[in-house]
Amino acid sequence: MPVLEDQSVRLQRFAEGDLHAFEELFRQHQAEVYRWVVRIVRDPAAAEDLTIETFWRIYRAHARFRPDGSFGAWARRIATNAALDHLKIVRPQVALCEDLPAPAMGNPGIQHDTRQKIAEAFSRLPPKLRVAAMLALVEEEPYQEIAEALGITVGAVKLRVFRALRHLRKTLKGMGIEP
Amino acid sequence: MTSGDEKLQEMLKHAIGPAGTELQRDLWPNMLARLQEKSTAVPWFDWVLAAVALLALLIYPHTIPVLLYHL
Repeated sequence: MPVLEDQSVRLQRFAEGDLHAFEELFRQHQAEVYRWVVRIVRDPAAAEDLTIETFWRIYRAHARFRPDGSFGAWARRIATNAALDHLKIVRPQVALCEDLPAPAMGNPGIQHDTRQKIAEAFSRLPPKLRVAAMLALVEEEPYQEIAEALGITVGAVKLRVFRALRHLRKTLKGMGIEP
Repeated sequence: MTSGDEKLQEMLKHAIGPAGTELQRDLWPNMLARLQEKSTAVPWFDWVLAAVALLALLIYPHTIPVLLYHL
């Protein structure tokens, strides 16, 4: 099991503050962290910055990392917090998906307008609800995984998704859309 | 979820669409720059400490030779 041993030694060295071990972990996990963050913020440039911010937080917190734990899960949790902090400051530009086929028959202009309004209503959700709804409803990530990333229970995730849906429905109703 | 919730979820998926991008480049050079930038930055409390030390020397200049002797 040399690979597992290598990883275990690497994690131990990282916890002791070894920069070389940190570099190895960075290269190993950067794509995974980026993929997770871009799903939340929907902005590739911001996701790159947040990936670096995540690893900066990881590096600063190296002494708190338990080498017997999962580095990936820990990184994902820190990345989620970094993305949440970002969403609290910047209102996201939720891009419309132009490549997907229109969901129903009818005037394409009206459909585009409806989709734009839905995206707009979604961007108005409070960040905590938006993250839960984005991961659960749009990305269809398992509730357990979302709960671990947010550091809350599965029940709390379900509650956030429920509140997000209620919020969205109310906003869309105000825009003249009845889902 | 109710059927209304499922319909809203479908509408959301169509409106927002997939995130869809993979990391296009290695971010390590940027990370290294961030680490170096932070490691060369002087924390604010160090500046406060330096200011206090300077102020003390200005108020009690006679301590300067003593300090130099001990250095």
